[in-house]
Amino acid sequence: MAYRALQIIASVAVILFVSMPLIAVWGKVESTTHWGPAEWQALRFTLIQASLSALLSVMLAIPVARALARSQFWGRQWLILMLGAPFILPTLVAILGLIAVFGQRGLLNGALTSLGFESISIYGLQGVLLAHVFFNLPLATRMILLGWVSLPAERIRLAQSLNLTPWQRFCVIEWPMLRAVLPSTAAVIFIICLSSFAVALTLGGGPKSTTIELAIYQAIRFEFDFALAASLGLVQLLLSGGAAYALLLLGRQSDLGGGLDRSIVDNFRSFRERGLDSVVIVLASAILLFPLALIAWKGIAGINSLPYFVWEAAGRSLVIALSATLLCLLLAAPLCTRGGEMIGTLGIAISPLVLGTGLFLILRPYINPFDVALLVTIFVNAVMSLPFVLRILRPQVETIHADYKRLSSSLGFTSIDFLRWVLLPRLKRPLAFAAGLSAALSMGDLGVIALFGDAENATLPLKLYQLMGSYRMEHASAAALLLLLLSLGLFAMFNLLGRDHNA
Amino acid sequence: MRFATFTAAMIWATSSLAETPVLTVYAPDYFASEWGPGPSIEAAFEESCNCDLQFKTGDVLGRIILEGERTDADVIIGLNTDVTKKARDTGLFADHGQDNSKLTLPLDWTDPVFLPFNYGHTAFIYNSERLDNAPQSFEDLLNADDDLTIVIQDPRSSISGLALVLWVKHIYGKHAQQTWERLAPKILTVTKGWSESYGLFTDGEADMVLSYTTSPAYHIVAENDLSKKAALFPEGHYFMVELAAKLASTDNPALADAFMAFILTETFQNLIPTGNWSLPAALPVSDWPKEFQSLPLPEKVLFFDETEAAALRESAIEEWRIALSK
Repeated sequence: MAYRALQIIASVAVILFVSMPLIAVWGKVESTTHWGPAEWQALRFTLIQASLSALLSVMLAIPVARALARSQFWGRQWLILMLGAPFILPTLVAILGLIAVFGQRGLLNGALTSLGFESISIYGLQGVLLAHVFFNLPLATRMILLGWVSLPAERIRLAQSLNLTPWQRFCVIEWPMLRAVLPSTAAVIFIICLSSFAVALTLGGGPKSTTIELAIYQAIRFEFDFALAASLGLVQLLLSGGAAYALLLLGRQSDLGGGLDRSIVDNFRSFRERGLDSVVIVLASAILLFPLALIAWKGIAGINSLPYFVWEAAGRSLVIALSATLLCLLLAAPLCTRGGEMIGTLGIAISPLVLGTGLFLILRPYINPFDVALLVTIFVNAVMSLPFVLRILRPQVETIHADYKRLSSSLGFTSIDFLRWVLLPRLKRPLAFAAGLSAALSMGDLGVIALFGDAENATLPLKLYQLMGSYRMEHASAAALLLLLLSLGLFAMFNLLGRDHNA
Repeated sequence: MRFATFTAAMIWATSSLAETPVLTVYAPDYFASEWGPGPSIEAAFEESCNCDLQFKTGDVLGRIILEGERTDADVIIGLNTDVTKKARDTGLFADHGQDNSKLTLPLDWTDPVFLPFNYGHTAFIYNSERLDNAPQSFEDLLNADDDLTIVIQDPRSSISGLALVLWVKHIYGKHAQQTWERLAPKILTVTKGWSESYGLFTDGEADMVLSYTTSPAYHIVAENDLSKKAALFPEGHYFMVELAAKLASTDNPALADAFMAFILTETFQNLIPTGNWSLPAALPVSDWPKEFQSLPLPEKVLFFDETEAAALRESAIEEWRIALSK
């Protein structure tokens, strides 16, 4: 019963946290402007880019996941960990890396022109899609990979002994699994891309590529038209909410979870198939890891001379990231149910700008929002990571319940015993993965701190932005590298914790 | 944890209230960060005021509008002329009480509420080592080969982006939309703010970037790099000025007045050029740092006052959007 109460408290907390700011912003000021052609253009582009990004990420992730699932080589686990990096990278840093590879003066165009080819442009819809695939291919790969490794090895051996052709094997064994995993993977990425902001802005090439989130930014920061911002925020919330609902209806059983990296025993791949798998892995690694390498290369020179404030901000960001992770896990614990996940998914559906402005309005009569800026940031980061954490934990929790609950009850286990002896030990790896993801995402978030930002509570992403805003590009590159290292470090550290002491 | 912080904040707030008076100044992020002029201005003012000057950063006017008369701010600094009309209409600001004749701006300034503290002009910056034949006029820029790439800022999210739209409007009037259509093929991309654009430019992604006439000064003073230049156009350059204002609701009017007066002093004005990389609003050219004295500046300055700008703004942005969406 206590668990039930916690469930209700957590659900109500999340719903209030997401809806109250929206209402507060809505009620603030009479609207002066209305939806015009610019807003409709933004809505159209947002939908197009989010759909295409989701489709492309998923389609490209299938061969990568398949190759990774079937191959075994030295460093495979590390490669899988590293391939996750783009997803947790702060957007600003990732864009710098992408431009270094694919920009006008980037590596790729350098190679193309020296070979006598036409150079290609990253700016436009193609750039937005490239960036979104860069961010989300790792997530899609990881989700699909889990589907692959969950295929029972017996079934694959049976297929081998029956001498099925690769195509027959695909139809009989792999397609049914994909049909369960792909829709929910695509829906998650669609939701993430709906609120894309910085990517579309820098790589979009112009007002053709304006997203709703930019329109919200303009309404709040430039027009001071809070009612317009709230109506845009509501549209975004409804779109994401709709997609989230579809996700939960579609996603029958798509584990994104801990038992990640067991490769399928598949000694019967033909020589050609092996070659193809290797090519896919090398290509994906190159696309995902080259930009990271270039960020490191550009940043390394300035890192020694970074001023003290930057390190101080880095420390503050670490504290925020770890606190947000703890809070996020506490919120997630009672929400690991179907309904709980639906509520939790609201966390990425709400516009961070509307959330920040609304919180400001709500807090303002009682307390100076500046004094609680760090707490607000921790709360916001926790709620925004919640959807990912729930996606990882929920299927695992449900499986464990299905497998062990009856046995435990018959042994007279109390809820606490069950938690202590059954659930937590089995949940260790997905918990660690979820914590790593949440910490890394919180580390790189610029979000609300930009609205409440103060000298005393500036975070590392904010400092990075300030450095860029005051001509200090070399130090900005160094701060970007620092941010990359810290985000990745947190992610890797939690993953390692989850792996320790495994019998 | 939340309660502890709350209590700590309350105790801290009451104790500091009892000691020295606090002057709260809302300022943009770039102004008050360690790399802006904020910290040295704070130190200089605190030497004489026997007070504690505190900068609160973020979206200056947006916060004032949300807070209304209950705002803690005594003074705000860092507004642009694009928002002064909106700010004035709130009725939250008092007269600055300073003598506008002390100003050394390239145009007459008579506003009793908003006091300029520095200025500059929009300009396209280029690297003279990469671009041999930079455009000599705006018309030249429009006629340039489409190989020439420029990055600009979105007028809906950036003050410099908006200044560019008004600049084009000032020169080309009802032909503004055609002008944008001619410029469109050269625009590599449009960014949210100035920082992203300038970062793309210094990375060598584009030949020219929309910035300020004073940008080369940073490279000269801080990096000893003489290659960055502003392309000066005979058609004129759009004037951008940053302003400060006193809140009518201030609980510290004497201190707020002292700060407004401080803005026009030599001490404050001397901190502007290499602190905000901008031109001081009340300092004769002969007192500028020598790198700023030798900086090429436009002969003709274009400007819409806040009423004109407010009337033009929406349609000018729409022209920009339509032309660039094609």
